[in-house]
Amino acid sequence: MQAFAALIDGLIYTRSRDLKIRLIADYLRITPDPDRGWALAALAGTLNIATVKSAAIRAMAEERFDPMLFRMSRDYVGDTAETVALMWPDNSGGDAAPTVSEVIDLLNSTSRARAPVVLAELMDRLDANGRYALLKLATGGMRVGISARLAKTAFGQAFGVSVDDVEEVWHALRPPYTELFAWGEGRTERPDPADSAFFRPFMLAHPLEDGSVHLDEFVAEWKWDGIRIQIASTGGETRLFSRGGDEVTGAFPEIAAAFNNIGVVDGELLVRGDVQGGEAASFNALQQRLGRKNVTAAMQAEYPVFVRLYDILFDGAEDLRGQPWTARRDRLELFTANLDPVRFDLSAVIEARDFEHLAEIRAAAREAAIEGVMLKRRDSPYLAGRKVGLWYKWKREPLVADCVMMYAQRGSGKRSSYYSDYTFGCWTEDGNLLPVGKAYSGFSDDELKWLDRFVRNNTVARFGPVREVEKSLVLEVAFDAVHESKRHKSGVAMRFPRISRLRMDKPAEEADTISALRAMFD
Amino acid sequence: MHAVYIAPATTHILIKKRTADISRTAAQHWIEPHAHGIYVKPADMWIDPSRPAERALVTHGHADHARSGHGAVWATPETLAIMALRYGTEMGTPVHYGEGFEHGGVKISFHPAGHVLGSAQILLEHAGERVVVTGDYKRRFDPTCTPFEPVACDALITEATFGLPVFTHPPIEDEIAKLLSAREANVDGCIIVGAYALGKAQRVIAELRRAGYDAPIYIHGAMQKMCELYAAHNVPLGELIMATGLAKAELKGAIVIAPPSAMNDRWAQRLPEPITAMASGWMRVRQRARQRNVELPLVISDHADWNELTDTLLELRPSETWITHGRTDALGRWCELHQLKARALDLVGREDEDEG
Ligand SMILES: [Zn+2]
Ligand SMILES: [Zn+2]
Repeated sequence: MQAFAALIDGLIYTRSRDLKIRLIADYLRITPDPDRGWALAALAGTLNIATVKSAAIRAMAEERFDPMLFRMSRDYVGDTAETVALMWPDNSGGDAAPTVSEVIDLLNSTSRARAPVVLAELMDRLDANGRYALLKLATGGMRVGISARLAKTAFGQAFGVSVDDVEEVWHALRPPYTELFAWGEGRTERPDPADSAFFRPFMLAHPLEDGSVHLDEFVAEWKWDGIRIQIASTGGETRLFSRGGDEVTGAFPEIAAAFNNIGVVDGELLVRGDVQGGEAASFNALQQRLGRKNVTAAMQAEYPVFVRLYDILFDGAEDLRGQPWTARRDRLELFTANLDPVRFDLSAVIEARDFEHLAEIRAAAREAAIEGVMLKRRDSPYLAGRKVGLWYKWKREPLVADCVMMYAQRGSGKRSSYYSDYTFGCWTEDGNLLPVGKAYSGFSDDELKWLDRFVRNNTVARFGPVREVEKSLVLEVAFDAVHESKRHKSGVAMRFPRISRLRMDKPAEEADTISALRAMFD
Repeated sequence: MHAVYIAPATTHILIKKRTADISRTAAQHWIEPHAHGIYVKPADMWIDPSRPAERALVTHGHADHARSGHGAVWATPETLAIMALRYGTEMGTPVHYGEGFEHGGVKISFHPAGHVLGSAQILLEHAGERVVVTGDYKRRFDPTCTPFEPVACDALITEATFGLPVFTHPPIEDEIAKLLSAREANVDGCIIVGAYALGKAQRVIAELRRAGYDAPIYIHGAMQKMCELYAAHNVPLGELIMATGLAKAELKGAIVIAPPSAMNDRWAQRLPEPITAMASGWMRVRQRARQRNVELPLVISDHADWNELTDTLLELRPSETWITHGRTDALGRWCELHQLKARALDLVGREDEDEG
């Protein structure tokens, strides 16, 4: 367990991707089976210990620590598992630390009810770093900045095999992946990928800064504000992958079930909602589903999802990635025609006379699900990663309003020593301020320090962790959209608000009114 | 060191509000907490005032405790030497550990706090009451300063910089071993250790020596004078070389000590493949280390950790505890749970953490 704990800490403190890969590769090479396989599963997010949920860890803490001291500590540290690991008394007194596989075996063979006891006994055998790694392992949320793809890349590097070969066999294997290591070390043949669907890296876009492109060379499409997704189907099985190559099939099983064609396509996962009259609805609804390993029928009914297709990589077994966009687009249109229109449609090409015309169309687009415009070179092949000059994203400019800071709260994690979460308001007709939103981003570190000092110097009242401030500071807030809300007293709610500027120059009375915000409704 | 965030006027109001909540005790008749320091009324003296005062008692040399511009200063000889180094030729009355004097009917004596060279707790005796102001303190072994001595008292005015139960500082030997093995694994590069120029830097150097590391240690120019001052006060630090201006090749395999503020500037970019280490109690929390781009966190603190703070309270069992700065809320809560009467002062938002 100590080697695993050291690996986890190493990954936390290492910023360079290459170094992270090296750390994992070194660990995988020198650690025996099955420990390394369980560790690989933990990093790749395929380890699931059914008996331990994060609620169990909170319960374990509440039983041992004063709830107030625990809450203060948790607020400071920003992470429940780390807080418990740090607060836990050092009892190890020479007891042998458990191995990773011992931990997995013990937790897998206990009941959910008894798991907290087993976990506590294991905690007593470890030091603070070991306890942290144990809790992260048990709950499955490593949060060390490692995607499944990166873990597989590290495996490839550790044993000198290609990551695409790893991808191909990965889904046919289960933790602790002993067959994978046997193949990696050259002791056996490559495991049979059977009929497995696997991930191919996405093609990504550069931002279009200030330039323009010629529409003879580039085609324009809407950039939809959902979740970029790849669907790979062999006929035998269908899998969904997120942008980083992590599998998300379990979160959207209805999409996998409805995909009745063989091939690999690239698209945007969106929600059909009433808000936009049956068109694509907001990202927030999707967030509810993403990250879940499985979803209920009720959730599927509440947020009906569909995929708007952008591109095709494979048609059947035929690899189309080397062909120009125009050829792939023709194939995609044919391919989509055979799919269930309830779950799949085509991302339309924007018809514009020239770039200026396109700019007008883009500026007029107010639909919430449109994030901007994509510009793709008509002759571009489908290439992994971000290649210069082929694809551009041209994001829509945000809306802005001048609001007045009303309340501030400490952030969590690395920001816990600063007042970094701000509630701001706009004026009613009769001259009262009502909150219209909350933001905790958009400012620089220096601005954060300034804001923090402003809050401390201008506190007029405290309610627990919240400080009410003198209503004197104007914040220019940028947001993607604003809509009617019954939950807010002001009747309006912003989408993705962030602080765009500090308007120290502007008197609070001159900030915007709520009716000015209403005029910006979609 | 702690920066002053709250304008005194605002803080004053907050303190008044808090004072109203609790019953007045004897010590409060002659000791007053203010936003900018602790006022000893009958002696007309301030302890660690953050603005110029006629008469100041200074616990130790860190800038948030020792300011310039006071009329008369009483402090240990080491603290006076540190103040003279930082602020030029300031005069003051030296008070040795265990010694004292009387002023305005208050008996004042200084006792070791174990925080940095010359750091003292201040014992005030008046009207049959004993009040101890700890200043910053720790109870771990430190080769660079006189160890903390518990002083029996009726009221304890304590710090709480690391007053959260997540802060337990590991044995310093483990942290020094981490540093030495990282150096061995990186002999083609160097390790830059962020350490506060007063106290932490000298302690890290002295602990490296104690662990048997006798190669020259490289230091940032901003530390040279303070290291010389320590050496002149019988704290041997071995051979120290200024890192500024040296060729990369000369620094291969070196340990370089620099103030945290120099870590990310151009000075550090001239070092050969540096690994960034930081010696601070805040390094205990992963996000804190990541926030500062630290690759090798070393949990080394000159402040009492949670157990030291609470053990000291249990050992002294003062009938009343005032908590000056740091996590006053959490330590106050602990006192409540242990039936100890406590009061949070939150002196001048001393929340910056570089000193940790
Ligand atoms: Zn200090
Ligand atoms: Zn201090």
